[in-house]
Amino acid sequence: MPIDFLYPDYEVVRDYNKCINCRVCERQCANEVHSYDEEKNMMLSDDAKCVNCHRCVSLCPTSALKIVKTNHTFKENANWTESAIKEIYRQADSGGVLLSSMGNPNNYPIYFDKILLNASQVTNPSIDPLREPMETKVFLGSKPNKIERDENGNLINNLPPKLELPMPVMFSAMSYGSISYNAHESLARAAKELGILYNTGEGGLHKDFYKYGSNTIVQVASGRFGVYKDYLEAGAAIEIKMGQGAKPGIGGHLPGTKIVGDISRTRMIPEGSDAISPAPHHDIYSIEDLRQLIYSLKTATNYKKPVIVKIAAVHNVAAIASGIARSGADIIAIDGFRGGTGAAPTRIRDNVGIPIELALASVDQRLRDEGIRDNVSIVVGGSIRSSSDIVKAIALGADCVYVATAALLALGCHLCRSCHTGKCNWGIATQVPELVKRLNPDIGYKRLVNMVTAWNHEIKEIMGGMGINSIESLKGNRLMLRGVGLNEKELEILGIKHAGE
Amino acid sequence: MKRVYVNEKWCLGCHLCEYYCAFANSNEKSMVKALKDVVINPRIRVEEYNGISFAVSCRHCDEPLCVKGCITGALTVKEGVISVDQNKCVGCYTCILCCPYGAVSPKEEGVIQKCELCINNSHGTPLCVKGCPNNAIVFEER
Amino acid sequence: MLKEGQIRIPSGCAISGIFSKSGKRITGDTIIKSISAMHDRSNGLGGGFAAYGIYPEYKDYYAFHIFYENTASKKECEDFLERHFDIINLSKIPTRKTRNITDEPLIWRYFVTPLPTKLNESQLDEKEFVARSVIKVNTKIQGAYIFSSGKNMGTFKAVGFPEDVGEFYMLSEYAGYAWTAHGRYPTNTPGWWGGAHPFSMLDYSVVHNGEISSYDANRRAIEMYGYKCTLLTDTEVITYIIDYLNRRIGLNFKEIAEIVAAPFWQTIERMPKEQKEKFTYLRNAFSSYLITGPFSILVGFEGGMMALNDRLKLRSMVVGEKDDMVYIASEECAMRIVEPNLDKVWAPQGGEPVIVTLNGGVEQCR
Repeated sequence: MPIDFLYPDYEVVRDYNKCINCRVCERQCANEVHSYDEEKNMMLSDDAKCVNCHRCVSLCPTSALKIVKTNHTFKENANWTESAIKEIYRQADSGGVLLSSMGNPNNYPIYFDKILLNASQVTNPSIDPLREPMETKVFLGSKPNKIERDENGNLINNLPPKLELPMPVMFSAMSYGSISYNAHESLARAAKELGILYNTGEGGLHKDFYKYGSNTIVQVASGRFGVYKDYLEAGAAIEIKMGQGAKPGIGGHLPGTKIVGDISRTRMIPEGSDAISPAPHHDIYSIEDLRQLIYSLKTATNYKKPVIVKIAAVHNVAAIASGIARSGADIIAIDGFRGGTGAAPTRIRDNVGIPIELALASVDQRLRDEGIRDNVSIVVGGSIRSSSDIVKAIALGADCVYVATAALLALGCHLCRSCHTGKCNWGIATQVPELVKRLNPDIGYKRLVNMVTAWNHEIKEIMGGMGINSIESLKGNRLMLRGVGLNEKELEILGIKHAGE
Repeated sequence: MKRVYVNEKWCLGCHLCEYYCAFANSNEKSMVKALKDVVINPRIRVEEYNGISFAVSCRHCDEPLCVKGCITGALTVKEGVISVDQNKCVGCYTCILCCPYGAVSPKEEGVIQKCELCINNSHGTPLCVKGCPNNAIVFEER
Repeated sequence: MLKEGQIRIPSGCAISGIFSKSGKRITGDTIIKSISAMHDRSNGLGGGFAAYGIYPEYKDYYAFHIFYENTASKKECEDFLERHFDIINLSKIPTRKTRNITDEPLIWRYFVTPLPTKLNESQLDEKEFVARSVIKVNTKIQGAYIFSSGKNMGTFKAVGFPEDVGEFYMLSEYAGYAWTAHGRYPTNTPGWWGGAHPFSMLDYSVVHNGEISSYDANRRAIEMYGYKCTLLTDTEVITYIIDYLNRRIGLNFKEIAEIVAAPFWQTIERMPKEQKEKFTYLRNAFSSYLITGPFSILVGFEGGMMALNDRLKLRSMVVGEKDDMVYIASEECAMRIVEPNLDKVWAPQGGEPVIVTLNGGVEQCR
């Protein structure tokens, strides 16, 4: 009907001089945008269905395609922007909650881009990472505040269970169900080759992946999908998901149509039932309840595995982190408001939560002020986009980072943000077998390994330039950072000086 | 000897291998020039049925039936690779009937064509392998 | 211009140390002669000495050396001391007017012991009580700075070349079994009296040549345990780390060196199993105290001295021995000028501590 007509956001532009009618665009578009007209012997496209995933563009052998943003416009209006208007139309039409995928795309400040790094000169030599040892090994877990000796005076190892990583990166939680089996396989194999960990997310652990257990973090989320004794024993660590950066305060949602076969078995729920995770854990209404769950999980696994508590970055994140640090958790994972998701209500994703840089800085400082920073390690996520973001995060006080969107990009994601439709053309955020095929784990895991290895080299180069050869000396080293274009309050919260000081 | 092997687990039925094959054997430098307004007749063909698809091309058998059946000796084996001498081929199509895989096909001028691992064209290494977007076609020794 | 504590001032320097294994006490002349040989390594903006065994008649009392900017701060500080300590003796530290040392603050010395009632009330052990009191004065009382607080030892420092500083404090009139000296070359002016080396806390004193890149990581870690890095200098944070690891955690100096200048993982991988486990444990449990960046430190403590370089040996340090005397310095000339006939001279490797103790010999570890 005319009243709910929305002009397509994207237009397919085809250079007919180059198009050879090979029809690969038609065959590979899950949204049925392209079609071949026999009579006219040419390809046609239905722009309304295009989600700008670039599958056709990437596969076209003669580079005949491109996708452009339509220049069909509303009258310019800085307040009633085009997207604000269109969202009203869609809600007037459907009466439903707007859903979006991936992380907050709106124009909020990115603090990583306003922080600059130091380099050593003259008074302190920089170190050459190609010729000298440059160490990025980290341990995650609690540090003791006293030593114990045996009868010969030798030191006893009194460290609680910990994780040992060759580099300060881990793959963050993405559930089996929100992403495909092949995507999980790529993450698991890459984690194994790199020696790091990946996270099951709240979808449980598929039985085929138990063999990667020593590189797996098993997650216990509010829905407790797939949680049972063997699941807890399988992983190298257990993560309690209290919140997620993209949607603080609410739980996950996987529609019943996706709960089939292996997904249903792995989550341990009947086929066709909607997997709606409750907003809170219904047995955790307060910090002491969390402490109880942490110790239950530790008892269930014989105190052999570290427990991670994952929280979203919200306003009083420092106080929450302080409570968690005193409740027996070994690692706190903080997810910033830019974090990605398979599906979340648009308004929550775009308006709830705070930037990870500020959350990290205030949590790190608060824990130090209270003298409990050594009780836990801090892992941060919620838009870590490059190795320089990692260096800045560690200098602000993190022990390690979680990446997820970056990992999906390595696997072929083009950030078209249509995951909630379940028709991911790249085989990542879908369960349709023909689409899942498109992600070959032999290719996928190699790309993940390449990306993380490349980042590790870059981190070493940056560290060498700063005159640091072991990453322990970068952790919390805020004098290595300077801000540009930040106001006094922002500098104060980040705990760094302005460039020039 | 390296051969082209196909894994139907990863074949998406996108048919790009066919177009790259046609381009490789076209003697043109640009794919657009080679294939614009052309109905292709590639030496590798995608077979699809019931949700399964994979590409079929010459297996360069150790005991090739096509060579055995060739009445003019146009088909010969050189270091494991079975190639066609177009000048000798008379278009009897015996080889097409003999090949148990359907890997041989007629060419426009009445003679036959089959995959020759891109040895005789400017690419030097099979282009279907390079062009496959999902590693469903590999070139290796087994 | 900001002074130390308001801004971080990197510097290059010279250090020297003399130790008598038999406990024979020598005057300050020898160490002054030694450090003056390295005159060009300083720029006159800081110099200082630490001496052990110099107050035998007061050896059971803590010797506080204090700078005062004016008499008001002296009054406030003395009020504090009287409330918390029994002051056995107090006097100005005797100094000789020297042309090159100017703008000196008031410099006083007190021999004290904690008031038993106050000590009981605090429920702390004696050393912790003294340490906290010193930190309190230095952070809370404007214009007063306690720069030495050990028993039977003292540090003497000022803005000036070390040989001038030695003359100013009349160090030839003191006799100790261990001496360390430092000449400073800061890259900004001004140096401030309190910022010169050595830095000391209780009987730990540290002189340091270098500029550590891990400074802020180390500072933010150690400040969790009650220390306040008011001077923003490397030496301060290193001294606090040593005090924490040795006095409060109970690690010995060899273990401290294994943390502070820990070997690379590739070296640890090649060690035998037990050793590998120990080094891995230390590096993991105390990871925030790893010091990266160039440093060469001389740590004085009651009854001994430790010399240590960073793992990449980015600053010079040589050790020499003759009979029962041990000499450690940034340059060999500083040793030869006071003892031309050394029995043995060697340069320790990066990360390898050299620990000397009274009648304990010289321990060269690793």
